[in-house]
Amino acid sequence: MDWQAIWLSVRLAFCTTAILLLVGVPLAGWLAFSPRRWRFLVEAAVALPLVLPPTVLGFYVLLAIGPRSPVGALYGRLTGGMLPFSFQGLLIASALYSLPFAVQPVSGAFQAVDRKLIEASWCLGVSRFATFRRVIVPLARPGIATGAILSFAHTMGEFGVVLMVGGNISGVTRTVSISIYDQVQALRYDAALETSLFLLGFSFVVLALTYALQRRIWTAWPSN
Amino acid sequence: MAAASDLQFALEDISRDFRRAHPSADIRIVYGSSGNFYTQIRGQAPFDLFLSADVDYPRRLAREGLALPESLFTYAVGRIVVWAPSGSPLDPGLGMGALEAPSVRHVAIANPQHAPYGRAAVAAMKSTGVYGRVAGKLVLGENAAQALQFVQSGAAEVGIVPLALAVAPSVRGQGRYWEVPLDAYPAIEQGGAILARARGLRLALDLRNYLASPAAGDRLKQYGFFPPQDRARQEAH
Repeated sequence: MDWQAIWLSVRLAFCTTAILLLVGVPLAGWLAFSPRRWRFLVEAAVALPLVLPPTVLGFYVLLAIGPRSPVGALYGRLTGGMLPFSFQGLLIASALYSLPFAVQPVSGAFQAVDRKLIEASWCLGVSRFATFRRVIVPLARPGIATGAILSFAHTMGEFGVVLMVGGNISGVTRTVSISIYDQVQALRYDAALETSLFLLGFSFVVLALTYALQRRIWTAWPSN
Repeated sequence: MAAASDLQFALEDISRDFRRAHPSADIRIVYGSSGNFYTQIRGQAPFDLFLSADVDYPRRLAREGLALPESLFTYAVGRIVVWAPSGSPLDPGLGMGALEAPSVRHVAIANPQHAPYGRAAVAAMKSTGVYGRVAGKLVLGENAAQALQFVQSGAAEVGIVPLALAVAPSVRGQGRYWEVPLDAYPAIEQGGAILARARGLRLALDLRNYLASPAAGDRLKQYGFFPPQDRARQEAH
């Protein structure tokens, strides 16, 4: 079993989820509550990673973060390093790839929060930001949890994007799905099956635990 | 017909030549990875002829009763080159030494675990003694075309890729290359076979024989493949 690859995927999935929560929750809040007429354009742009096949998306991410692109050149000047074939590069690609999975459930949950509660909070003199933090976010917790779970699961199983951006370096960019693919390509079906079963088992346990925790929060909430 | 993707450009011409002699022939070619085709054929994929980048796959199929053993043939020998983009300050003329240059941070090759061109690249690095110093710079493409893309995008400074890709119409002129000497790595024998459940047996046989003919060999040569008999002659010297 390729433990190094499994550990790498777990790290990548956690970091991607963390980034997507930091970026996705404010973005979802803006999408849910912004009065701007053109916000549907942003909504459409957020959904775009769903359209392109992962390998195609990965190919363009490779071009976009490569040393010849403005982003890659800037990164090179700042850090002296390179984004393709690095963990940081994978992180950018994964966050982009899973963005709709994080934003859409959260934005949906925000929109479902009872407008009366929000307005009541405003009437009591609570600022918009504090209302968002203390009323809207807690009420939308199940949606945020769903967004986080989907981001995590989606990154665990990510393949095409990593294939194009990663370069298959063991311990750095060889994630578990790449490792399984390599095993299948090398006709080592037993090893591939073993790793796949582990990946399924591990992911099932993580997802089941998260759903269980979320359920408790959900039912305990009204009594708080 | 299932064909290894490195044949894409050569087969276009070859099948056109073949159709001229067989106007009624209805040939459909699917390009992909030989390993994937092998797995698909074991799953009863409806191909008549299989042209693999590695003769090992059709050999296995023949052993498993899925290909006709008497139809096994090698149609070409693949070659590898050290490739760098035109704008690169690197001189691929340095040969394998180019890989060791300090300005080279990443060297792209196809995954040697399953891609024959990747295996050849590793063998060539080992036999020329640079492998130890280059191993830490290697990035692996899922196939040879992806290894080339890594270099084209600038993400890797140099790569070892098939000559067939370096001279492909869409790549030619974009970079400079140096041919790795044939004796630096084991021959990449590209072989094929007619599959046991072929329905157009007659046509498959004609096409197989045409691919083994000198006319097709000349075409293949234009596209970076050496005829298998050339290799044999070279070894005899």
